Amino acid sequence: MKYIVTLSGNPNVGKSTVFNALTGLKQHTGNWTGKTVSSAVGKYIYENEEYELVDLPGTYSLISHSKEEEVARDFIIFNKNDVNVIVCDALCLERNLNLVLQILEITDNVVVVVNLLDEAKKNNVVINLDKLSDILGVCVVGTSARSGKGISLIQKAVKEVINKKNTGYKVKYEILESVIKEIENELEKYDLKNLNSRWLSLRLIENESSIIKSINEYLGFDVISKEINDLIIKSHHILLDNDITIKEIKDYFVSNIFKCSEEITKKVVKNNSKNYQEKTRKIDKILTNKITGIPLMLMLLFVVFWITLVGASYPSDLLFDLLFWLGDKIGNFLSFIHVPSVLIDILINGVYKVLAWVVAVMLPPMAIFFPLFTILEDLGYLPRIAFNLDHHFKRCNACGKQGLTMCMGFGCNAAGVTGARIIDSKRERLLAILTNNFVPCNGRFPIIISVITMFSIYTHSIFKGLILLIVILFGIGMTFIVSLVLSRTLLKGEPSSFILELPPYRKPQILKVIVRSIFDKTIKILLRAVMVAAPAGLIIFILSSISIDGTNLLNIISNFLDPFGKLIGLDGVILLSFILGFPANEIVIPIMIMCYMKSGYLMEINDLDVLKNLFVNNGWTLNTAICVIIFTLFHFPCSTTCLTIKKETGSFKWMIFSIVLPTLIGIVLCFLVTCIFKLV
Amino acid sequence: MCDLTLDKLNIGEVGTVLKINTNSSIRRRFFDIGLVPNTLVKCVLKNSNMCAFLIRGAVIAIRNDDLKFISVKRVIK
Repeated sequence: MKYIVTLSGNPNVGKSTVFNALTGLKQHTGNWTGKTVSSAVGKYIYENEEYELVDLPGTYSLISHSKEEEVARDFIIFNKNDVNVIVCDALCLERNLNLVLQILEITDNVVVVVNLLDEAKKNNVVINLDKLSDILGVCVVGTSARSGKGISLIQKAVKEVINKKNTGYKVKYEILESVIKEIENELEKYDLKNLNSRWLSLRLIENESSIIKSINEYLGFDVISKEINDLIIKSHHILLDNDITIKEIKDYFVSNIFKCSEEITKKVVKNNSKNYQEKTRKIDKILTNKITGIPLMLMLLFVVFWITLVGASYPSDLLFDLLFWLGDKIGNFLSFIHVPSVLIDILINGVYKVLAWVVAVMLPPMAIFFPLFTILEDLGYLPRIAFNLDHHFKRCNACGKQGLTMCMGFGCNAAGVTGARIIDSKRERLLAILTNNFVPCNGRFPIIISVITMFSIYTHSIFKGLILLIVILFGIGMTFIVSLVLSRTLLKGEPSSFILELPPYRKPQILKVIVRSIFDKTIKILLRAVMVAAPAGLIIFILSSISIDGTNLLNIISNFLDPFGKLIGLDGVILLSFILGFPANEIVIPIMIMCYMKSGYLMEINDLDVLKNLFVNNGWTLNTAICVIIFTLFHFPCSTTCLTIKKETGSFKWMIFSIVLPTLIGIVLCFLVTCIFKLV
Repeated sequence: MCDLTLDKLNIGEVGTVLKINTNSSIRRRFFDIGLVPNTLVKCVLKNSNMCAFLIRGAVIAIRNDDLKFISVKRVIK
């Protein structure tokens, strides 16, 4: 016999942490990068019995807004589970109890978990769990899931619920109690298939078509008989006598439940802190301030990117040497076991070297950026970014949380695209996904920086930094423009309502964050990159090794692309490099070098003066440099991002659109710049 | 006194929700977070576009455009 246990709760209460602690399955936590989109399922064994744990999407109430919340609601309503574990945040128990009381109207098989007790203690909030259990009539367990405290108590409580019948707390609706009883009596004539008759009566009075439709489908017959219909009308008359119109029935129900939560909270929570969340308020005064908020945010992000770029260069070089050394060894070994030399050439010089190159340049920055960003997330800072930026995004009929995904895009566009899951409205989520590519990611920064360094008229580093800033602001500006244009045309719509929770700041668990983000995001994204890099390596190798009349295919293609490239201020080699750099923009410059030097392999030149000479000898001018920067900023997303867009939007069409749109913008801008240069 | 809406509360001020004057989808969102008549709220943060309130133990930011739907009575402490 296997028992099914569901885990529900408000967003951001540590539901996934509880889930992980119970099942040992490493599922990522933290709503800000988008998790629990479809319900995750795990298993655990307790006292020789197997329990299947279903992690339902975070929801504030059983009134559903989205498909995901509907999943959660139907699971609970139609008793597909044996036990409901409801996770609550100890720091805002009052609001969390709303969901608990709503679920208790449906079933008594409930375990209430009061999580984040450690945080509550820090804030001098004391909760009387025994009293809460007495009032609610169900098991209440206190946990600090992040440190693993109390997890075994949950398992014990779940077993108890299965073996013992509870009588849970029921919210009273004074004026309606007698009519509820009458409807319940009437309903007893039917087979309700485990549906709670009191809950059903309330829904019938509430008269919301979508729920009643689901109920009828579940029962297989129309539950509203003539007698019941009369009783519903009677209940509406009672409500009207109490100045509650039919439209306001839901208000009455919701207010009533919250009134009960309020009363229960007053009885069990003792708040000893003089000034609740005082520290958080003080920090917020600075970080969300009109004047200091945005500059501080920019500074913080700058530090993150700077650490990423600088910190990654040394391990990158090391990894580079290591992987190439390993490649030589593998090559030697292969020839030792008499593998044909053509095959070795293809495998090692073609596939392996490009693969090694991509891994060496992508892994270190990601392994630094993701943990840093996750620390910001753990700190609770990310919602503040949305708070600061919402103003600007609202003007483009977009969502403030897009600001967040944009910031993530600076690190990695694929991560930014995945991050867009936090946006509720589908239209606004699409806006965030389609525009994410307009800010340069870690892979594109080095191209922009080295081109600026080589071709900047003034060599002073402040001047160069300023140009870089302009380039970034240009990308951000384009994000706004494109968002605005899209929301006026293809993705028409008003900005949806937007509710943003600002949780208290807390100390991040740095070590856990590092492990979690490396295993969770870094490896995943790297694997996706590797999958595309391997075939790309093969193609590059084939193109460079097959020659017709003494010119290899690579040069033939670049010659073919040359006239078009020249038209938009670039050349054939640059275009070809961007196309072949599809798996990772990090290999764009190495491919350029390879083509210009007519070499057969990817190459790197570390001395920028030598590199500049090479470029200038191949016809680069200031015009070319500017156009390369523009094209780096605006062209098709890398393969990893494309695959992610396809996955997140579930649509091939949007992926194609996300490729065409920035490329078109890049081509037009480059063309305009070139025209200006020709005129001057 | 009835035309005071939630977006007009200043930082530090406390109010009681009187009525929610909209039937759009935002109304349900308000219900979700416990913003129903008779709820005590305290304004804790403000920028030109959003206000954040302490509502039932949680701090929640809402756009001013949406706050205009909530009429409120100032509570003097």
